[in-house]
Amino acid sequence: MSATVEINFTLNGRKRQLTIDAGLSALNLLRDKLDMTGTKYACGEGECGACTILVDGLSVNSCLMYAADFDGRDIVTIEGLRSDKGFDPMQDAFVEHGAIQCGFCMPGMIMQARHLADTNKDLTYDGLKRGLEGNVCRCTGYKKVFDAVADVIGIAK
Amino acid sequence: MTEKGIGAAVLRREDRRFVTGKGQYVDDLNRAGQAHACFVRSAQAHAEIRKVDVSRAKSAPGVITVLTGEDVAADKLGSLPCGWGITNKDGTAMAEPGWPVLAQGRVRYVGEAIAMVIATTRQGARDAAELVEVDTSPLPVVVQATDAGKKGAPQLHEAAANNQCFDWEIGDRAATDAAIKASAKVVSLDIVNQRLVPNAMEPRAALAEFDTNSGLLTLHCACQAPHAMRLLLGAFVLNQAEHKFRVVAPDVGGGFGSKIPPYAEYAALCWAARRLGQPVKWTSSRSEAFLTDAHGRDHVTRAELGLDKDGRFTALRVSTVANLGAYLSAFGPLIPTYLYATLFAGQYTTPAIHAEVRAMFTNTTPVDAYRGAGRPEATYMLERLVETAARELGMDPAELRRRNFVAADAFPYQTPVALLYDSGDYAGALDKALELADVKGFAKRRAEAAKRGMARGIGYSTPIEATGAAPSAIAGQLGARAGLYESAEVRFNPTGSVTVFSGSHSHGQGHATTFAQIVASTLGVPYENVEVVEGDTARTQFGMGTYGSRSTSVGGSAIVKACDKIIAKGKKIAAHLLEASEGDIEFENGNFTVSGTDRTKNIAEIAFAAYVPHNYPLETLEPGLNEQAFFDPANFNFPYGAYICEVEVDPETGFTRIERFTAIDDVGNVINPLIVHGQVQGGVAQGIGQAMFEQGVYDESGQLLTGSLMDYCLPRADDVPSIDSGLTVTPCPFNPLGVKGCGEMGTIGSTPAVINAILDALKDYGVSDIQMPATPLRVWQAIRNGSAPQAAE
Ligand code: FES
Ligand code: FES
Repeated sequence: MSATVEINFTLNGRKRQLTIDAGLSALNLLRDKLDMTGTKYACGEGECGACTILVDGLSVNSCLMYAADFDGRDIVTIEGLRSDKGFDPMQDAFVEHGAIQCGFCMPGMIMQARHLADTNKDLTYDGLKRGLEGNVCRCTGYKKVFDAVADVIGIAK
Repeated sequence: MTEKGIGAAVLRREDRRFVTGKGQYVDDLNRAGQAHACFVRSAQAHAEIRKVDVSRAKSAPGVITVLTGEDVAADKLGSLPCGWGITNKDGTAMAEPGWPVLAQGRVRYVGEAIAMVIATTRQGARDAAELVEVDTSPLPVVVQATDAGKKGAPQLHEAAANNQCFDWEIGDRAATDAAIKASAKVVSLDIVNQRLVPNAMEPRAALAEFDTNSGLLTLHCACQAPHAMRLLLGAFVLNQAEHKFRVVAPDVGGGFGSKIPPYAEYAALCWAARRLGQPVKWTSSRSEAFLTDAHGRDHVTRAELGLDKDGRFTALRVSTVANLGAYLSAFGPLIPTYLYATLFAGQYTTPAIHAEVRAMFTNTTPVDAYRGAGRPEATYMLERLVETAARELGMDPAELRRRNFVAADAFPYQTPVALLYDSGDYAGALDKALELADVKGFAKRRAEAAKRGMARGIGYSTPIEATGAAPSAIAGQLGARAGLYESAEVRFNPTGSVTVFSGSHSHGQGHATTFAQIVASTLGVPYENVEVVEGDTARTQFGMGTYGSRSTSVGGSAIVKACDKIIAKGKKIAAHLLEASEGDIEFENGNFTVSGTDRTKNIAEIAFAAYVPHNYPLETLEPGLNEQAFFDPANFNFPYGAYICEVEVDPETGFTRIERFTAIDDVGNVINPLIVHGQVQGGVAQGIGQAMFEQGVYDESGQLLTGSLMDYCLPRADDVPSIDSGLTVTPCPFNPLGVKGCGEMGTIGSTPAVINAILDALKDYGVSDIQMPATPLRVWQAIRNGSAPQAAE
């Protein structure tokens, strides 16, 4: 058995204290230990973005992150994404634009879109396309995804 | 009329759970006390297994058991079945070697399962799998289908002489040979339709449970056709009767054909759960997905098109070698035959067509359906030939097509390769595409690009496909080992809401929404009052599942049929309640009315009366309002389209960018335009993927070089152009909804349009052919090797 570490972090607004295997990935912590299955595994090597979460407001592929590095950080997963009014506007926009098909890539896609919206004041339509390059969707052809994100950020095509 | 009925752009009701992370895919499910499986897989493409030593693995911490091919044989598990038999030219049956659940003495491709380790944790199973010692002696390897039949090639199966599965033909050879000979012009092409790896974003996964008291086996798995999975695994592999076998396909994260076959892992998990009386779970890693999900395409083709002096097609002669991989996947033999060569007429009146297909076993991952499945290969071949002919004849490719289209008044149209086309206006779709794509302005755009040093090209494709498989009787004659109808149950609940059970399965298609729209319109009930249930053999009566763009035309039609039965019974009940004769009752917008009067009962009242039959014709009518239907279509349906692609190639680097993409599709009547456009856009992206990015590459030793998302290039956000899409509507006469399939057209139509555009851009560089994917390197090399002097430097 590998060494264990104790971590203290905030998960979707709630303080958590856990003792975990030092080698555990952040994705496996969420999915296997905390039953938070909204964050998806699709490649495990940082190539698809299905596992995207926000760590201190920045988007991170949780499959490549050690859970131990949650220590002292503020973590938001798809389960914790919300606004004062309920759903996050990004979630509403994806539904309203018909941007979803099988849905599997969508938690990661939406977290990445949220990160783009939060961290780029002057994002262009082309910029948002590049900003979503790390999130593979096999179903939709991306077009409606772009339209949904552009709508939330308030940029014209 | 409900405003959320047929034709409305209703937002998908399933999406809330997806955007909140509440989707329930198989890997999201867990059971108390579940064990985890890990498969020991072959690292060699072809080898004799001398010994599998599991002793160290068995004593590793947390290991429950380790099972091998010997256990499979001892427990008499059947071979993984093939769902379609092909008859050779000489009338004999195809070669059908078995595919064991775990390897028996020999492995034939990298990734083939040799042993299964079951442990209390996933990591424990993985660690122990490393301890299984497999002693092998390597055998020579063959990877390319064109090498597999050569003298001295390594032999994979005793049951398949010269590695041949079948040698099949369709069409009139003599007439075609004669017509080619008599043609004023013959255009020919050698085409490689490269191997693709489907890469649904959700990896395959399974969770098997066995109730030792009742003997019920339950398999949750990521699949497209749960009843077919139950039938194939239960009857052929596991000897598990259907009434004691439940298959559930919950949320499934994309399929594209790769989640149809009854995979070895699913059989193995069921078997293990039954042996252990304990739930067993497995989720594929992405690298396992690359090695073991059925691959797509992999054809090598020689094609010749004959034309008369006026540019009319006289004959098409095609010879294809198809790679089936190491074993017969469930529908592997169907793809390069009846889903391929029957489409060779395309949208054209070519009078003579002959095709022959040899299908070969090689030391590669088995090949099966991948979005379009045979139809993209047919369309790519044909549309490349047509455009090549136009270029060689100096004709406008649109005009050449127009001259050869089946005329709008010629339907139903019998092709020389078995199919009877239902309806269409091919020239109409092309005209619409020409306009939307502003083809008139292309010359100017090309000249403007040239000033920037860029080579701009335009390419067309006018695809057709056959969807909604199929009339079961015809499919049976052609080799299908199952029926191809769909079933539905429409159940009124006592207080007027409706639950619909369908044998289709949605893994991105949005049936929960579109099927509810169909019921809302047909029964005149509010859309919100209709719930759709799919994907569980214990809840739905039967079903053949979702593939080949069949759900709405076959599954949706079964729902309409069941609704019709509801209405027919409702009329009897209404006649009783309204004290009128049944023949005088009319049904419209949810109301049963005595014709010519204002005496009326809403369908919800009728349902209540049926379930609370205090005033009810019990002597002649059963209570309840719940009807089932099976729909077996009289024919396929034939969606078609016109696609136009415009690219710019940087001749210095070979970098190619799609500048415009126009897609006009005719999918008959539209249930939900939002969903249809989404299907087209996603399909186009996959077709562009084949044209420009994707290729499964094996080295000579049978190792998959493109075994991860780092090596296999999927289209990403910035690679896919904005698509101008539009629809024309010619309803299909063979189903009550008048719909045609919309799931695959984008993939089928886009690939040749992109390549045709690239070749148009490169025509001044003396480039007349390029193989897919047209990567920057390939384009750059083509320019360097082209005959034009300006390509030199
Ligand atoms: S699962 Fe983390 S990037 Fe693919
Ligand atoms: S919606 Fe299926 S992968 Fe994106």
